[in-house]
Amino acid sequence: MAEVKLFGVWDSPFSKRVELALKLKGVKYEYIEEDLKNKSPLLLNYNPVHKKVPVLLHNGKPISESLIILEYIDDTWQQGPPILPKDPYLRSKARFWAKFVDDKCIPAMWKACWQKGEEGEKAMEEANDALEFLENEIKGKRFFGGDDSIGLVDIAADVIACRNGIIAELMGVQFLRKDKFPNLCKWADEYCNCSFVKENQPPNQKLIHHYKALIQASTSSKSTK
Amino acid sequence: MADGVVLLDTYFSMFGMRARLALAEKGIEYEYKEENLGDKSPILLEMNPVHKKIPVLIHNGKPVCESLIIVQYIDEVWKDNNSPSLLPSDPYQKAQARFWADFVDKKVYDAGRRLWTTKGDELETAKKDFIEALKLLEAELGKKPYFGGENFGFVDVALVTYSSWFYAYETCGNFSVAEHCPKLMEWVKRCMEKESVSKSLADPKKVYDFVLFLRKKHGLE
Repeated sequence: MAEVKLFGVWDSPFSKRVELALKLKGVKYEYIEEDLKNKSPLLLNYNPVHKKVPVLLHNGKPISESLIILEYIDDTWQQGPPILPKDPYLRSKARFWAKFVDDKCIPAMWKACWQKGEEGEKAMEEANDALEFLENEIKGKRFFGGDDSIGLVDIAADVIACRNGIIAELMGVQFLRKDKFPNLCKWADEYCNCSFVKENQPPNQKLIHHYKALIQASTSSKSTK
Repeated sequence: MADGVVLLDTYFSMFGMRARLALAEKGIEYEYKEENLGDKSPILLEMNPVHKKIPVLIHNGKPVCESLIIVQYIDEVWKDNNSPSLLPSDPYQKAQARFWADFVDKKVYDAGRRLWTTKGDELETAKKDFIEALKLLEAELGKKPYFGGENFGFVDVALVTYSSWFYAYETCGNFSVAEHCPKLMEWVKRCMEKESVSKSLADPKKVYDFVLFLRKKHGLE
């Protein structure tokens, strides 16, 4: 039995975080793709509370919630670069910004993509406000984790960096605009060019096909109302 | 700014209570500043420009925000001062503690809030959700004296502060936590025997009066 298993979904930004952290640390693992419309008994057993991915299984013991899993990985595997800094104050800042990405950035960005009209516009405003805070936080730094190291916040914000292009192209929503967020754009370029990031993204064509299908389904469900 | 510890907080906040409780557990002296959320102080706005919320712990002039992040910070900075750690040292146990504290914020807070801000069917749903969340926590507690095991720990800090709001929730929702979760109420009583807890939590009757005030203010009464 493999020591480390990851239950994930290929296009989930939250699963992706865990994969990136494991790759960063050089941890070998078995990946198990879940079908969220037909969740496996194993997933339901390992995450009975939320029934969600990702779930990391280490020596038979499950850990859920992506940011908690990232800290677990950092606490457990000493090899490879640290995901969190050692200093308690810097750790608190990393946790703060990772939580900010989850609570403020991603929900607003998701709504701005998928909700049209007034609600979509309001969400876009919220997304821009949130990104403005991130813009100020990254100023003067190469990565959120520091000049040399990708850290918790960079990995948490992976979806913001790596899907910006596809979302702009297919959905006409451009989040990381150079005129508005020059520092974030620079960070996204640097981050996406890191080899372990590049090598661990979902295949581009598969992602495009998937988004096109989602857009189609969303449009046709609106027109059948 | 002087070295030392300052806490920006409000008496009724179950989030602020967590910070107070963690500081009390560690025996840390600090300056408490009560904020008026209707008229936020310049220092609050400067120290938490992103959320403009309490609690904010200011240590040596540097702010730490978000209650569970503050509690972890306190645990990490004052880890060798003869008080037990709030978080376990074992990575798996630590992850479990973080998971359940996160669960409290995701499930208990939302349902609790709906208990005093809604009525009719919405209120009934809130009651169901609230009790369900507490039951899961009660199951997680099991036969242990505390969520942290033999010692009061991170999840205990995260959840016990909500108990100061139970009377308000019960009265608004017309139900009894003890009836549905007797073991959890025993745990609350056990926690309240600790001086750090009893001095950090708001008085439940005062919380209820505060909730009534908020309800009137928002036209819910």
